[in-house]
Amino acid sequence: MLDPDSGLSLTIARIVQRLKGSSLHSQLERQARVSLHKPEIKLESLKEDIKDFLRTSGWEKKLQNAVYSELNVFPSPCHPAAPPEHMKEPLAYMRKAQGNWEKRILKSLNSMCTELGIPLAQKRPVNEQKELLNKWNEMGTDEPDLSLFRPVYAPKDFLEVLMNLRNPNYENGEQLSFRNHLGLIQVPLKVKDIPELKEDFSELGLNIGQLGIDDSAQVPPEFFENEHVRVGQKVLAEQDSAAAQQYVRQGCPTALRADLWALILNISNQPEDILYYEQLKSNVIQHDLLVDSLIYKDVKLTASNDDYYFVFEDYLYQVLLCFSRDTSVLEHFTYSSATPPKSYIRGKLGMEEYAVFYPPNVAPLCFLYHEPSRLYQIFREMYVRFFFRLHSISSHASGIVSLCLLFETLLQTHLPQLFYHLREIGAQPLRISFKWLVRAFSGYLATDQLLLLWDRILGYNSLEILAVLAAAVFAFRAVNLMEVTSLAAAEAVLADLSTLKVMPLLQIFLFATVT
Amino acid sequence: MPVPVRERCRCRCGADAAVPQVQEIVFRNFYTAFLSVRVQRPGPGGPRRWVTCLRDHRLMPCPHTEEGSQDYFSLHRHQMLCDMDQVTAVRFILRQPSPVWLHFTIEELQIFPPGQKSPQKDFPSWLSQLSPPEQPASLHGELPDPEKVSTEVQQMWVLTEVIRARQAAARIGRFDVDGCYDINLLSYT
Repeated sequence: MLDPDSGLSLTIARIVQRLKGSSLHSQLERQARVSLHKPEIKLESLKEDIKDFLRTSGWEKKLQNAVYSELNVFPSPCHPAAPPEHMKEPLAYMRKAQGNWEKRILKSLNSMCTELGIPLAQKRPVNEQKELLNKWNEMGTDEPDLSLFRPVYAPKDFLEVLMNLRNPNYENGEQLSFRNHLGLIQVPLKVKDIPELKEDFSELGLNIGQLGIDDSAQVPPEFFENEHVRVGQKVLAEQDSAAAQQYVRQGCPTALRADLWALILNISNQPEDILYYEQLKSNVIQHDLLVDSLIYKDVKLTASNDDYYFVFEDYLYQVLLCFSRDTSVLEHFTYSSATPPKSYIRGKLGMEEYAVFYPPNVAPLCFLYHEPSRLYQIFREMYVRFFFRLHSISSHASGIVSLCLLFETLLQTHLPQLFYHLREIGAQPLRISFKWLVRAFSGYLATDQLLLLWDRILGYNSLEILAVLAAAVFAFRAVNLMEVTSLAAAEAVLADLSTLKVMPLLQIFLFATVT
Repeated sequence: MPVPVRERCRCRCGADAAVPQVQEIVFRNFYTAFLSVRVQRPGPGGPRRWVTCLRDHRLMPCPHTEEGSQDYFSLHRHQMLCDMDQVTAVRFILRQPSPVWLHFTIEELQIFPPGQKSPQKDFPSWLSQLSPPEQPASLHGELPDPEKVSTEVQQMWVLTEVIRARQAAARIGRFDVDGCYDINLLSYT
């Protein structure tokens, strides 16, 4: 471990390095230069006067937001002796497992390419480009023949890989003993228990107002809702990222959500961002990727058939096709355990984006954002901060392995009878809840409930709340589950989550369950 | 019932040398929970004796779980309980109370004397604080002063270094090779 002083210096140096090339830096320089014309800037106290000017004009706040964003996204710096792969993932056996999983996906993609005779990427002929540009806003009407494409992998394939993860230095005996976990995940990662979760999620406590509970029809809005909305408007006026992140822990009012999320994710809608999106769009027009067909198929199978999300089908294509071509997403690989696959252009090495990501979580965002470029930025930022951890193998506290283990441990500790019963009938709870976790509940909860849940993901900068909710759902349906006698019956009990209210479930599980 | 604690003793790193000093010890952990360090150095009386300079330093917050198990650590002079001068031998005592691990050790051990920097801390050059003073050009038909010229050239060099140091993080975007972007297979390595 680094001692605190050198750790702080390294963090500062790294953030300065990252912000130096950014547009915020050039804007700040421009502002400072412009301010020289102002009468209140005096030569004797130039530095101090410019600093004051930047503070009063709101530019210091923008810089603070950018620094806060960097601190949230990037992990604390490693020891200088640590190689870069250590920052991606400190445990060697996890890196190896992730590498093997990636190889498997690549093999599958390559074999699909050779079988179907379609190249991974190629330039589109000009008439095809024109056609695509014309129907850019209605790609959903297209009905290409996708019958030959099969999904690269399903959640249960990924679950199989996670179940077989073993630490070679751990005594994985065959007999059940205190060393083995009773659930599916067998790696000894540290997960929090309920007292620790209570402390971490203290703003969800019983005596604190929540949107999702205290804004229901029976509660007069003067008690909580009106004041909460007023505070939200104030936070937006101040444009303070850190305050916004604290605020959304109690939920976002619907009218303010789009702007608050953009503030927390530090998304500004600058002209260059719109330009960047247009550039990606032109990349989509010019180049055809195999992955596009996989995306089409996935969207057609999932969102188009969904009662809530089918209206956004066209948006989904616009965002996902651009996302698969966005090289700035490559940056997140420094702190992700995954590595982007490479391929060769005419014998020369080229970087291919990590084009296979599963599943897309764009659909709920379409309710909030209507301009494609803003929608795109929000989705991209949420992906590189949170959702990428749901389908790569790592030891991070918000990684899918830790979430699965947290879910199983919570259930085992607080509902031992239920856990034992489900295990006995061959219905390991994780087999049912895995698909919820890997999709962050998107497609399973009602949209307003899902957005309340994602408010808390942003507010706490962690995905652990997903595992807590999964355990809370099992606790809620425990009585029915104790009566089932097979995995299929257990799945049927938990098939429909669309009527669930997320916040009461979380509150009861964390704060009102007798342990 | 107390769980038996497995201990391992690592003795004698480095040959005896005249008046060696220890500034920093860097290593990579492999499932060791606690580390104690003892050094052999001359005592107040004269003869060399073993002194504990670090007692039960915690490397893994919870010995049963993975946290800290494969991390890199630094031990600095100022964390030690005794003086790290005139050290002739260093002994590392590793403890792992949890029975779930098959092996535990420390790896990639390096000991640095004072003056030698431990593996490069990558601080960027703060050259941006050097702003060259303005030099008005005064060539009234004469040859410029060589001193002035050389100072100006030096300042220009500093500026180019600053620009080179400011690597923009912005990416240019996708690239074609000879107008072609046909990719047929992904590689496994």
